[in-house]
Amino acid sequence: MAGTSGKTINVTIKVWRQKNKNQKGQFETHPMKGVSVDMSFLEMFDVLNDRLITEGKDPVAFDHDCREGICGMCSMYINGRPHGPKQGVTTCQLHMRSFKDGDTIVVEPWRSAAFPVVKDLAVDRSAFDRIIASGGFVSVNTGNARDANSILIPKDDADQAFNAAACIGCGACVAACKNGSAMLFVSAKVSQLALLPQGQIERDERVLNMVNQMDEEGFGNCTNTAACEAECPKGISLENIARLNREYISASNFANRK
Amino acid sequence: MATSPKLDSKIPDGPLDQKWTKYRSTVALVNPANKRNLEVIVVGSGLAGASAAASLAEMGYKVKVFCFQDSPRRAHSIAAQGGINAAKNYQNDGDSIYRLFYDTIKGGDYRSREANVHRLSEVSGSIIDQCVAQGVPFAREYGGLLSNRSFGGTQVQRTFYAAGQTGQQLLLGAYSALQRQVGMGAVKLYARHEMLDVVNIDGKCQGIIARHSVTGQLERHFGHAVLLCTGGYGNVFFLSTNAMGSNVTAAWKAHKKGAFFSNPCYTQIHPTCIPVSGEHQSKLTLMSESLRNDGRIWVPKNKADAEAIRAGKLDPNNLKEDDRDYYLERRYPAFGNLVPRDVASRAAKERCDAGFGVNGTGQAVYLDFAFNMKYKYGKIEATKKGIENPTEAQLDEFGHAVIKEKYGNLFDMYAQITGVDPYKNPMQIYPAVHYTMGGLWVDYNLMTTVPGLYALGEANFSDHGANRLGASALMQGLADGYFVIPYTIGSYLSKEISTKAISLDHEAFVKAEQDVQERINKLLSIKGTKTVDYFHKRLGKVIWDKCGMARNAEGLKWAIEEVRRIREEFWKDVRVPGEANEFNPELEKAGRVADFIELGELMCKDALERNESCGGHFREEYQAADGEAERDDENFAYVAAWELKEVGNWELHKEELVYENIKIAKRSYK
Ligand SMILES: Cc1cc2nc3c(=O)[nH]c(=O)nc-3n(C[C@H](O)[C@H](O)[C@H](O)COP(=O)(O)OP(=O)(O)OC[C@H]3O[C@@H](n4cnc5c(N)ncnc54)[C@H](O)[C@@H]3O)c2cc1C
Ligand code: SF4
Ligand code: FES
Repeated sequence: MAGTSGKTINVTIKVWRQKNKNQKGQFETHPMKGVSVDMSFLEMFDVLNDRLITEGKDPVAFDHDCREGICGMCSMYINGRPHGPKQGVTTCQLHMRSFKDGDTIVVEPWRSAAFPVVKDLAVDRSAFDRIIASGGFVSVNTGNARDANSILIPKDDADQAFNAAACIGCGACVAACKNGSAMLFVSAKVSQLALLPQGQIERDERVLNMVNQMDEEGFGNCTNTAACEAECPKGISLENIARLNREYISASNFANRK
Repeated sequence: MATSPKLDSKIPDGPLDQKWTKYRSTVALVNPANKRNLEVIVVGSGLAGASAAASLAEMGYKVKVFCFQDSPRRAHSIAAQGGINAAKNYQNDGDSIYRLFYDTIKGGDYRSREANVHRLSEVSGSIIDQCVAQGVPFAREYGGLLSNRSFGGTQVQRTFYAAGQTGQQLLLGAYSALQRQVGMGAVKLYARHEMLDVVNIDGKCQGIIARHSVTGQLERHFGHAVLLCTGGYGNVFFLSTNAMGSNVTAAWKAHKKGAFFSNPCYTQIHPTCIPVSGEHQSKLTLMSESLRNDGRIWVPKNKADAEAIRAGKLDPNNLKEDDRDYYLERRYPAFGNLVPRDVASRAAKERCDAGFGVNGTGQAVYLDFAFNMKYKYGKIEATKKGIENPTEAQLDEFGHAVIKEKYGNLFDMYAQITGVDPYKNPMQIYPAVHYTMGGLWVDYNLMTTVPGLYALGEANFSDHGANRLGASALMQGLADGYFVIPYTIGSYLSKEISTKAISLDHEAFVKAEQDVQERINKLLSIKGTKTVDYFHKRLGKVIWDKCGMARNAEGLKWAIEEVRRIREEFWKDVRVPGEANEFNPELEKAGRVADFIELGELMCKDALERNESCGGHFREEYQAADGEAERDDENFAYVAAWELKEVGNWELHKEELVYENIKIAKRSYK
């Protein structure tokens, strides 16, 4: 199983198994021998699953698709941290070279009231889609747009909006938060659109609707622990939450005046 | 050669540049009251699907959207890096609709339809307008205007981008438009659903069978029209830059129900991907073509140096300029490192096969930024700062900052995967499967050979001929979804306004569901000894070796037999764990691989039939003395459209390609 570097390690995987959202789950232990350090974490799971299938056992279900850190689908809680020990990377970008020979690695699903377990390590994050549906857009029908360069946007604003828009909707922020708050995710979208001229018309309505939907989905309150920022693989900054709070207060005041 | 009577491309009459305008103003319309009674099924939520679904819902149609991921935002389009083309001519460098049209036809090696490509160029500008209006944060200049860069196969700067995350930003724009319609109740969303068959009634496509991945339940859905926006089939090779779930199943089921499959042998092998690192490899990672703006591709000039590098005895940074072979700049001085992908990939293979490859496996070349980092950007920045005689260290520092700003996320990704710092060492790259130009045959309306069944985006064959230019897939996906289908669907649906929703108890629905159920049961009951991945890897290796960057008749004939053997063994010996009525990713994979195997045979058959070299299809028998591809316009200027009779037995139909506006010529980038 050696890769180009030729180095391998032995590790023990303790992985959460749960048949579906209604049944209770438990940990299962699997020794993994001769794991190439060039392997990605998910490739290590591929090897494990291959073995389980050959042994006639049920493979571990987990979500993944792009394996490039951009689709936001992978979601493992590794040794007590969403996406594992490395800062700024998703589970799929984590490589075995981040672990030591002899390590025991505990792998769980995202745990949050708003993200029920589907099976094993896969959870249901459709609440995020409903939050976006409640206001995370600019209302412009196809064909109604004017020439792109007629909207001038200062580079700094465009860059800041881009940084906020880099959120991949993975939900690590929620998993990291002891309150299960989705503030970082919501604030990223609110910020992106609040920073751009295109987003101004619906600015107040947007933040009120999105926050309202977030509460309805059962996400917890934000108590500024900053765990979300520390674990976000895309470096979405807490400044966005500050901006969301300002937007919300200003929109509420305005709504009250109306 | 005459076009088969079974293929009516429905290209409107009139001069090329007026076809689309005239079509739009004369196509039959559906009045708003009737639209509310017409249901459209959109399978896929990538750029093509999300944009089509949002636009159709805005117009008043009742829309259902399906995707297999847990959210529509995760469709494979999210991973596109480099950019999207549009003939805006914002850089005032001579771009125009005609030039984009011309570049695309030439880039496709004269194997695409003029009318479709011209329409694509015409609507390209509106795509950028639409995306900006949605709040897509494209890169900008200090004056606040949009920024552009160059991509391969062109000499103008027409590519719009958002760092190395253009696909993400465009898809999130389309997804937000889609979710807006979901919120308004105009679109119903079915995530974690996999379409497993289309349902034809009265010779028209009127619905689908889908499996809910979480419960395993099979569902029947009726639609007056069905749009397949299900992406490409590059994963037939097992290793590709596609997302793990990308598959051919939806298109293949349609093929088995009468939709012709076109040009399956045209595969794009992308020149700049991270080389394979070991047995465990599950996918390959692209390093965006945009890097070729500033990265120079080379291998050592002398074999001895290549051997020393491979053995780890020589640091490439220490190899003298004179001892490096910048083979693209040498062979193609006019386009240099920016030649189209097929040309760049073949050139890399040629050097590696000749023994000049650079990593342990010999299957890699360098993509080197050192020169431009220091002497282009470093110098510019030094001049800006007023430093007259900058030191090497200063040049390095200044250039580093510029490169980081332009390509930061790609460099991070490279470092993450390889464990090597690309700011200090040249990147190692090698070609990998990336995109499939082939797909379901569609007419000008994007309708397949089955009435009411459409294919959009990478799933169809239409615009890129035998080779796609960089940054043109995103353009095509969004053109199809935002600006083409909203018009062309009217020409069909205007005749369907009196078709009532068909009962889901109709025998055709019942039968289709039964067939799907039986196949699932069959897969689960084999309980053989080999995993799905085992078969997938084996298939991938055969297709890569025999139907990859270079093909020949002998190899293809062998591959066809071998793929048949794989199919037989698969159905005897595959082991699929778990049950039908539960979340079972292995079962989904098994169904997809079974379809890939059938497709693999057709790819080889198509490649064998095409006795010429064009674009991504390089037949070793058809090359000039200098190794350049030799096209045969007299005999092969056609679209191959395969009709499935039964698995392993197809009939070929041909659509003649007529060039009225472009003089078909030898494609040269020298
Ligand atoms: C790494 C990478 C980088 C790229 N970079 C660029 C670039 O810079 N510029 C460019 O122009 N092009 C680029 N491309 C190509 C481009 O991204 C794709 O061609 C394009 O995004 C395809 O879009 P699509 O909408 O046709 O399909 P996809 O985005 O692949 O979407 C397919 C959809 O279909 C759904 N689906 C598939 N099968 C089923 C089924 N059976 N049932 C239900 N749903 C199903 C999926 O869930 C998904 O929603 C890149 C490609 C790759 C791999
Ligand atoms: S804010 Fe960060 S952690 Fe939260 S969903 Fe977005 S990318 Fe993931
Ligand atoms: S699998 Fe897409 S981000 Fe990890």
